Amino acid sequence: MSYLQTLEDQSIYIFREAFSNFKNMAMPWSMGKDSNTLIWLAKKAFAGKIPFPLVHIDTTYEFPEMLAFREWARKHYDIDLIVIVNEEARKRGVGYETHDPVTVTHELKSAALQQALAKYKWDALVTGIRRDEDSTRAKERYFSPRTADNEWEYRDQPPEFWGQFTTAVKPGEHVRVQPLLDWTELDVWEYIRREGIPVPKMYFAENGRRYRSLGCWPITKSVESQVNTIEGIIEELKSTKTAERAGRAQDHHERNAMQKLRAKGFL
Amino acid sequence: MSGGVMPPAPKPVPAGFEPAFFPKRMGGAAAGAAGEPRTRIVVVGHVDHGKSTLIGRLLADTDSLPEGKLEAVEKACREEGMPFEHAFLLDALLEEQAQNITIDTTRIEFRHGGRAFQIIDAPGHREFIKNMVTGAAAADEAILMIDAKEGLKEQTRRHGLLLSLLGVAKVIVAVNKMDLVDWKEGRFRELEKEIREYLGGLKISPREVIPISAREGSQVKNPDAKRLGWFRGPTLLQALLAGAPGGGRAGDVAGPLRFVVQDVYRFDDRRVIAGRIESGTLKVGDSVVFFPDRKTTRIKTIEDWGNPDPVRELGPGRAVAVTLEEQIFVERGHVGAHEDLPPVESREVRARIFWLDAEALRLQAPVQLRLATQNVEARLVAIDRVVDAEKLEQKSGAREEVGRFEVAEVRIRCRRPLVYDAHDRVEPLGRFALQQGPRLGGGGIVLEAEYPARLAKAVTGEHLTWTEGRVSQEARAAHFGHEGAVIWLTGLSGSGKSTLAVALESLLFRRGIASMILDGDNLRHGLCADLGFSLEDRAENIRRAGEMAKLMAESGLVVISSLISPLRKERQAVRSACHAAGVNYSEVFVNAPLGECEKRDPRGLYRKARAGEIKGFTGIDSPYEEPERPDLVLRTDRENVESSVGQLLRHVLGLVRLKDEDRESAEGPGGQI
Repeated sequence: MSYLQTLEDQSIYIFREAFSNFKNMAMPWSMGKDSNTLIWLAKKAFAGKIPFPLVHIDTTYEFPEMLAFREWARKHYDIDLIVIVNEEARKRGVGYETHDPVTVTHELKSAALQQALAKYKWDALVTGIRRDEDSTRAKERYFSPRTADNEWEYRDQPPEFWGQFTTAVKPGEHVRVQPLLDWTELDVWEYIRREGIPVPKMYFAENGRRYRSLGCWPITKSVESQVNTIEGIIEELKSTKTAERAGRAQDHHERNAMQKLRAKGFL
Repeated sequence: MSGGVMPPAPKPVPAGFEPAFFPKRMGGAAAGAAGEPRTRIVVVGHVDHGKSTLIGRLLADTDSLPEGKLEAVEKACREEGMPFEHAFLLDALLEEQAQNITIDTTRIEFRHGGRAFQIIDAPGHREFIKNMVTGAAAADEAILMIDAKEGLKEQTRRHGLLLSLLGVAKVIVAVNKMDLVDWKEGRFRELEKEIREYLGGLKISPREVIPISAREGSQVKNPDAKRLGWFRGPTLLQALLAGAPGGGRAGDVAGPLRFVVQDVYRFDDRRVIAGRIESGTLKVGDSVVFFPDRKTTRIKTIEDWGNPDPVRELGPGRAVAVTLEEQIFVERGHVGAHEDLPPVESREVRARIFWLDAEALRLQAPVQLRLATQNVEARLVAIDRVVDAEKLEQKSGAREEVGRFEVAEVRIRCRRPLVYDAHDRVEPLGRFALQQGPRLGGGGIVLEAEYPARLAKAVTGEHLTWTEGRVSQEARAAHFGHEGAVIWLTGLSGSGKSTLAVALESLLFRRGIASMILDGDNLRHGLCADLGFSLEDRAENIRRAGEMAKLMAESGLVVISSLISPLRKERQAVRSACHAAGVNYSEVFVNAPLGECEKRDPRGLYRKARAGEIKGFTGIDSPYEEPERPDLVLRTDRENVESSVGQLLRHVLGLVRLKDEDRESAEGPGGQI
């Protein structure tokens, strides 16, 4: 059996275990390649119907192309979509114009998610994080409990083996379910190619530049590239060693930025 | 934007903008569609024996670090005023650098010789064994690190023991820090002998034992002819390349079908049974029996969303969604199998377990047993042996609990029948997790399993259904104040079975325990009056007695069966039938040598057999197969009747008497009717 097939089967198993064990799950959806791969896997896991809502945390700094993709996908996949904006923080004037990226990301993403958790009382959130993204993510579990304060106790994580996961939560707590944990960036692109999964056009070069990773427009830089096919992306990935998130400013603002963001509930 | 220049806001998209890019679906035709298998390697061993240093060395030597990583860590070391070490490449977390230990399982990829590897770094500290278990359970191969100077330590042995439990059979031993023992061959050979002996006791034969120095880079990627010239074996990376590429420990394609049900979906007009094939192959049209209910139907379709081509069959490891020909009752936890190769269905499990929780696992305490998608309440009913990691021997004294980080051989009883396999037959159905609180507390593997010779016809027959009573066994037990059981006395004619049975029945009855003797001779006057003494008829006699005993025990009685029952196979069939029904079964070997029995000859039968008046008499011209593992042995030739009866009574009381907490938790007869 092919390795991609092994990854797909494992991810589907995780989706179904989550849906069977939690009463009220949801899936944050950023519209990036990982998010769209997750939609595809969920469609397979549940035989064509995604039986839980998707959540888009709209920072109000979204690329217009991505908002267009969101509306297209909502119809195309028949998705139950919830859009969240941290209106309170925006009213206070929190924004990239005046604040540093770590603060803005925390307020407009993590705090927004925190507010939504309190409102919708989700007990499980499906995320698209992968172990290869950075070294803190390498330590994650498939089912990773978060405290009521949305914090990750990375010093004392529960054991996880033989397809048996942590499925018990106290009121107010939730579990992060991470079906793509074992995938690499290359695996994701090769799977997109194998399956023919639709992705945003921004990943492909226009005027000699393209995006490897998609975030808020003030802090997401395009990279030099002529690539305009999936095959091209795969070839480029195989020959480059530049870290995937190198184009994201909030990761590099200070030492251990990622660790701090993740412990505070950043996806 | 503080510290940066705010770029101009992006322009709105033009009308009619198409936001999605549609790659052409390549399916299996896509080059690279197979993906590249990654061999997953867990690195284990005692704390400070150099695991992180080795991993840093592997990453650096195979040129697998992201651009700038090496420089960044070197810079950080200068800032902190510490000398650079390869281990820091891994310890990306600030606090790890402060404590100089790895706190959790990390996974790092590297490439070498055209192959992809994924390292799972498992911490050596005793408190972090749960992380080591998490990492090792997913590994294809293990590197066990030993410090050449310190030698084998507690965690070296414990990790070896856990590798054997977790099913990681491929092990490479790296004897590290050879620089600290002046590269001496003598010291290496000494350690090699010691570790080979230890792992041999666990049935692990290491693929290679290699002297290395991770710090100096010796024998990791490149051989060190100058200092390790005496070593003729491979470098560590050569040894890794010689192993088979990983990609998951996939189940056996030709093995027995085990279709584990995760859920049943009714999102549209279809009723979809979703799950995973853990072993064997599932085809459209297959007749599948779903355990534990044993309802049978055929697979109508395999549903595969997004795939334009119909799927006709799937093999082990595959996620699967099917529709069924008939709408039989199936739910999460059920296991689909082909009729000719069924799993075991029993309330009793013999297992080797490991325990990770700070709170010990106590005898008789309720614990959740999670096997595949089954989750049943269970309790330890016996701790046969606690394994000492140091010597691999039994720890002394009877035990009431399995403590943190201990490994033990135990007997577990579940509240309802569990569907499983022996670990060496179908691995995914032969291992389970145990849980006392919100987290997994431990795990185990099934040591042996009693497979039914054939499935009971009454259940699989097309026009017969099983009528389920509405009074649960728990309710009956609560009502009587004890559980039902079959106490199966086996032994030669004249060994004392009837005497013991009569005494036991009377003692139990006086204690308020409902009991009844099932005597072989008495049965032949009624239920089995049509049977003679041919081998076939004797087997049928045992089968009927066993079924009878099982039914009576299900009704809540303690049934004392007194039959010679000479053949293991027949006794085994009764045991399996009882366990499948969730009935306590205990085999008591009433053991007196033939000479003694013949001397007693209370009914003069041996004399008649010797004289040829009785043919096929057990012990004379028909075999008696002694039990291989009886639950109790009574040497009636050495002990007096009082002593034997006393032992028997204690044994039976331990088996059927309800614990106080059980009595409280089991609802009264009114509760479940």
